[in-house]
Amino acid sequence: MANVSVVLNGEPRSVPLGYSFAQLLKSLDLKPGTVVVERNRQILARNTLDAVDVEEGDAIEIVHFVGGG
Amino acid sequence: MTPNPSDAGPDPLIVEGRAFASRLIVGTGKYRSNAEMTSAIRASGAEMVTVAVRRVDLTRNREDDVLNHLDPSEYFLLPNTAGCFTADDALRYARLGRAAGMSDWVKLEVIGDSRTLLPDVAATLDAARRLVQEGFKVLAYTNDDLVTALRLEDAGCVAVMPLASPIGSGLGVVNPYYVREIKRRLTVPVVVDAGVGTASDACVAMEQGVDGVLMNTAIAAARDPARMGTAMKEAVRAGRRAFLAGRMPVREIAVPSSPGEGMLDGDATSPTE
Repeated sequence: MANVSVVLNGEPRSVPLGYSFAQLLKSLDLKPGTVVVERNRQILARNTLDAVDVEEGDAIEIVHFVGGG
Repeated sequence: MTPNPSDAGPDPLIVEGRAFASRLIVGTGKYRSNAEMTSAIRASGAEMVTVAVRRVDLTRNREDDVLNHLDPSEYFLLPNTAGCFTADDALRYARLGRAAGMSDWVKLEVIGDSRTLLPDVAATLDAARRLVQEGFKVLAYTNDDLVTALRLEDAGCVAVMPLASPIGSGLGVVNPYYVREIKRRLTVPVVVDAGVGTASDACVAMEQGVDGVLMNTAIAAARDPARMGTAMKEAVRAGRRAFLAGRMPVREIAVPSSPGEGMLDGDATSPTE
């Protein structure tokens, strides 16, 4: 199966070609409702995660809320 | 959470039309365990709690997701921009926090110096203006500087949050006069944010007349955080009541509390008829 190379939270990763962001989250055991995805500095709305595919060279950040002051 | 003033007790903290029964706002960082955090926050009585936006750790467990430990229906989560040194970074973090879907409120923090963590007030003001343009409700962490506080209010911030002293220092309110003057001059709520170390500091902060106090380390780094949470709850209430009660004037000379008249073995100066 072909892959695309991305940088995910600062780490190089291979993601199967044609994966949507929703599939990417599922593969990472993350629930879309608990995280926010930023792709190439643009936030992906949760209702678009199914429709947008991961592409070669994407810089992806997946964030959530942690303790802070 | 208390959606309107009638549910928030007799003296609520009101920010942008939203009422909070507690004038204490607490952070969620630096706790030794999640269990300790939840018990301390419950003890503090705070309804508004701050959270940070960070990368999900993809290699380890997800126990650091604060939403696993704090119910968003019970607490009003206020995302911060902590750790940002530029206005652009602060905007990026604020947008990510908003996208998480809790609200469009943000605790804006733009740091200018890594040793003192003092705010970069020019960058804070720039970020505040841009965030307000984007529809954010901005609660701005700032220095205890009146002019900056006035400018942040002019920029449309819904609350201005001058420090008591540097973040995590526990030095208490180093400039009570400046805090008082900021409160006197602003219309939007003023919340003392950062530097409180123990209950007396929180009480002193509230005695300046401010609307609330925001703290994290003072509770999280206490030997017994839950007990300190209770102490802070009581101190904030005590300070607020003392302010509302109106303190006596300070005098640098003693004034006796008991009557001078009627002492034994004295001359009866005003004999009764």
